[in-house]
Amino acid sequence: MPIPAAGRRCRALRIGVGGPVGSGKTALVAALCRTLRDELSLVVVTNDIYTTEDADFLRTNGVLPDERITAVRTGCCPHTAIRDDITANLDAVEELIARHDPDLVLVESGGDNLTATFSYGLIDAQIFVLDVAGGDKVPRKGGPGVTRSDLLVINKVDLAPLVGADLDVMRRDAAAVRGDLPTVLISLRDQPDAEPVVSWLRGQLRRATPR
Amino acid sequence: MTVLASLLLADSRLPTGGHAHSGGVEAAVERGLLRDEADLALFLAGRLLGTGPVVAAVAAVGCLLAAGAAPVDWARWDTAVSARTPSAAAREASRAQGAALLRTGRRVWPSTALEALSRTGRPHHPLVLGAVVAAAGDGAGAAALLALHHLLGGACAAAVRLLGLDPIAVAAVQAYASRSAEQVALGAARLAREAVAQQETRLLPSTGTPLPEVLAELHARTEVALFAS
Repeated sequence: MPIPAAGRRCRALRIGVGGPVGSGKTALVAALCRTLRDELSLVVVTNDIYTTEDADFLRTNGVLPDERITAVRTGCCPHTAIRDDITANLDAVEELIARHDPDLVLVESGGDNLTATFSYGLIDAQIFVLDVAGGDKVPRKGGPGVTRSDLLVINKVDLAPLVGADLDVMRRDAAAVRGDLPTVLISLRDQPDAEPVVSWLRGQLRRATPR
Repeated sequence: MTVLASLLLADSRLPTGGHAHSGGVEAAVERGLLRDEADLALFLAGRLLGTGPVVAAVAAVGCLLAAGAAPVDWARWDTAVSARTPSAAAREASRAQGAALLRTGRRVWPSTALEALSRTGRPHHPLVLGAVVAAAGDGAGAAALLALHHLLGGACAAAVRLLGLDPIAVAAVQAYASRSAEQVALGAARLAREAVAQQETRLLPSTGTPLPEVLAELHARTEVALFAS
C-alpha cells in the first residue's frame, strides 16, 4: 500500500528533547537557545505536565522572545503527546514555522520515564536527557529513551561525588546499550553553553537539507 | 445503543489490558523483521490471513453462544482455541487479555452469560470478546469485526511506541488493512454460525502460521521486553 507522506513544507530541523522529571531538559533548551539564537532562527514548543512553568522559565529568562515559544498541554500523559497522538504538537510546530520560518525547532517533552520517546512523525532527531543524581544504574537499565535516542545527554556530572555516582560506569553502560549512538556527559551549570550538545546539533543541521 | 456499545468496545481507552501487548510486534521489531510503515502493512496482512480468521470466528462463536438460550459448554470451545494456538506463551497472552476484558465486561455489561463464562477459569480473549459483545447487545458479525480491529490496532499502537513511527501514517496503514479485515470477518462469522448450529468445534478455521507462534515463544523467554507479548 502507499504510505502517506507527512507533507512537510519547510526544511526547519526538528529536535525533540525528552527525559525524566528534573534531569535538565528545560535547562538544556535554554542553553541551546542562548548559544545559537544569534546565528539561527529558533522556536520552541514545550509540553508541561500541568503548568506552563517550562515555557514561563524560558520567557522570564529571556532566552527567546515570547512569540517564539508555545506551550502545549498534554492531558496528564506527556508521552502520548510526543508519540501516540502527536497532532497537538504538530499544530504548535507548524504554527510557529508559519510565523517565523525558523532554522531549528526544539520540542521539549514533559518530564516522563525511560520509555518515553518521540515519534519521528513529529521530530527529525531526539535528545534524551538523564542526570547523574538519578543514579548511575540508569544507563544500564536502558529503555527506549536511553537505548534509541539519537543523542544521550547525562547531565549534572558536577554532582557525581555528592551522590556517589560513578561516571565511568555510566559512560561504559551507555556505550554498551547504545551501540554507535553518541552519548555526552555534561554539567549545564558549569558549561552553560552546552558545547558538546551544540556541536552534535551543528552536525545534525549540516546533514539536514541546506537552505 | 448497540452501535455505541460496540464503539466503546473498539476504543483502546476502555480499560482491558490491551496496551501491554504488542501482538507479536515487539518480537518482530527486535529481530529487524519489522522496521517501518511498509513492513507493518505486510505484517498486518500476514496476521489477518494467519490468526485473523481464527480469532474472528471464535469471537463470533462467543457471541452466538452467549446470546443463545441453551446452556453452554464454554470449556469445550475454549479448548478449541487452545488447539489453534500452538505456542504456550501465545495461549497465556490470550488468557491474560481475556481475563482483563472479562473483569471489565462483567462490571460494564452485567449478564448471566458472562458470569457463566467466568466460572470456566481464564477463557481465551476472542471467546470473552464475543460474549461481551453479546452482553453489550450486538451480534456475531460485530464480534468478528472487533476481534480483527483489536488484532490490527494492538499491533499498530505497539509499532508506534517501539519504532517511533508516524502515528498518522500508521493510522492510514491500519485503515487500509481494515478493508481486507471486513472480508475476513464475514467469512469467519459464516463459519462460526455453522459451527454453533452443528455444535462442532472442528468447523472453526485453523489458519495459524508457524512464525508468530515461534516468535511468541522467543519473546516470552527474552530477558528485556517492554510488552507482555
